[in-house]
Amino acid sequence: MMWRFDRFGDAVALKDEAGQTLTYAQLEREGAALSAAAGGRCLAFCLCRNTLGSVLGYTAFVQGGIVPALLNAGIDAQLFEELYRAYRPAYLWAPEDYAHEGCECVYERLGYRLLKTPWGAQTRLYPELALLLTTSGSTGSPKFVRQSYQNIRANTNSIVEYLELTAQERAITTLPMNYTYGLSILTTHLDVGATVLLTEKGIAQRDFWDFFRREEATSFGGVPYTYEMLDRMRFTRMQLPSLRTMTQAGGKLLPQLHTRFAEWCRDTGRHFVVMYGQCEATARMAYLPWEKSLEKAGAMGVAIPGGRFELIGTQGETISEPYVTGELRYYGENVTLGYAACAGDLEKGDERGGVLDTGDMAQMDEDGYFTIVGRKKRFLKMYGNRVNLDEAERLLKAAFPAVECACAGRDDHLMIFATDEQALPEMRVWLSEKTGLNLSGFHIQYLAEIPKNESGKTLYRELEKYHV
Amino acid sequence: MTNLEKYVKAFAEALEVPENEVPALKYGESSQWDSVGHMTLIAALEDAFGIMVDMDDIIDLSSFEKGKEILRKYDVEI
Repeated sequence: MMWRFDRFGDAVALKDEAGQTLTYAQLEREGAALSAAAGGRCLAFCLCRNTLGSVLGYTAFVQGGIVPALLNAGIDAQLFEELYRAYRPAYLWAPEDYAHEGCECVYERLGYRLLKTPWGAQTRLYPELALLLTTSGSTGSPKFVRQSYQNIRANTNSIVEYLELTAQERAITTLPMNYTYGLSILTTHLDVGATVLLTEKGIAQRDFWDFFRREEATSFGGVPYTYEMLDRMRFTRMQLPSLRTMTQAGGKLLPQLHTRFAEWCRDTGRHFVVMYGQCEATARMAYLPWEKSLEKAGAMGVAIPGGRFELIGTQGETISEPYVTGELRYYGENVTLGYAACAGDLEKGDERGGVLDTGDMAQMDEDGYFTIVGRKKRFLKMYGNRVNLDEAERLLKAAFPAVECACAGRDDHLMIFATDEQALPEMRVWLSEKTGLNLSGFHIQYLAEIPKNESGKTLYRELEKYHV
Repeated sequence: MTNLEKYVKAFAEALEVPENEVPALKYGESSQWDSVGHMTLIAALEDAFGIMVDMDDIIDLSSFEKGKEILRKYDVEI
């Protein structure tokens, strides 16, 4: 059992904007009924929203030994079909207005329905497998990260410890629950008997802030883009007496913004906690203690309790001197089992053995605080979502076979280069829809030819002048 | 260009929709008008009219019609 909801009885676990609540006792009871309706251990796809019914599905399944794969309810229909056919889930847990061919409703609660698929419980599952998540902002490949019960337990314990979470917290949602960072906020707060305020509204909407004030939210999390928006909105002028903690993850915040929010928090007696993580490490790997947020602005901190980092040099050696760049390697019980690309992979055991090469390049200062300085792999963070540039390129090439193209860019600014001027606007819209990310982050550039070396590999360095 | 034309153009460009669809737009109801699109839109309106929109107004600007009302506070008549 992941959570001990029985310890918190009538305390409110979840509350939504309409004022509807679920206490811990109700969450336990409702969860038991839902997992009983699904029968024994099997695979279920959850189409997630930030609503009571959606969260109930997640907790019920994890508690009941049913493996949920968390997907955004707004997922691209074609991508959903690919996943559905590749993994053959026994059930879908979906909003009541959702229907799928061949599926039959067998249970209904809180605006969600349990749909039985024709696949049955045929997909075999590794006994320790607890949960499947997409790598944030996956660009169309049917890949999941496999997380174990112990992964979630270990990461929850670490996070609860370093954030000093208690039952007095009232966290408000700012991120989707199928996104690893959003999910970890939910998971950890439910572990300590706190209240999670569920809303689908965003920080650019009055309803969000009305809900925030009415329910006296104490904390929220944000990706770099969230903080850029808050900064533009001159957030620090807002009267939010209940707010105590702001956390940041999902990419590196601009150092000047890090400093600005850290200063504001210091001056107003709040905590600003910058963190670092990946779905492959369940959620979190590092945090910058709030007391250090100003002194170490720009850094992502130290390993979470129970974890540790190593920096690996180009020859595979371990770097111990400060200010030398190396690839960041993480060790901890929260390092997930591995990936899955098809149903057969869900039988696989632990392929990582507690070690994760993060793909991020980092440096350590003389006090042992780590700063991310770059990336080994070609990917970007788009509004907190990871987008693999090679994958984006492959997708575009498959969809526009007549066009030669390349993808590059910086965070929140993906550039598509192509040799066909007419096709470019269409490619841009297509990729935005495919990834479900706002068009404003996608930019196009016509090139007479894509720069390549003699062996035909794209010279991405020559494209940097367009986006750096 | 009249203020209305400027106003419509800012919406159409920021949210990438044809000008004839602009008057019906509401936050959250078109795929482009999410939180990211919203900030693009605010920036476009600020540029078009040379104003700085306050936080309270940023979070109130939830539709094409509502935006007209808000801009009036900044002495922009549409």
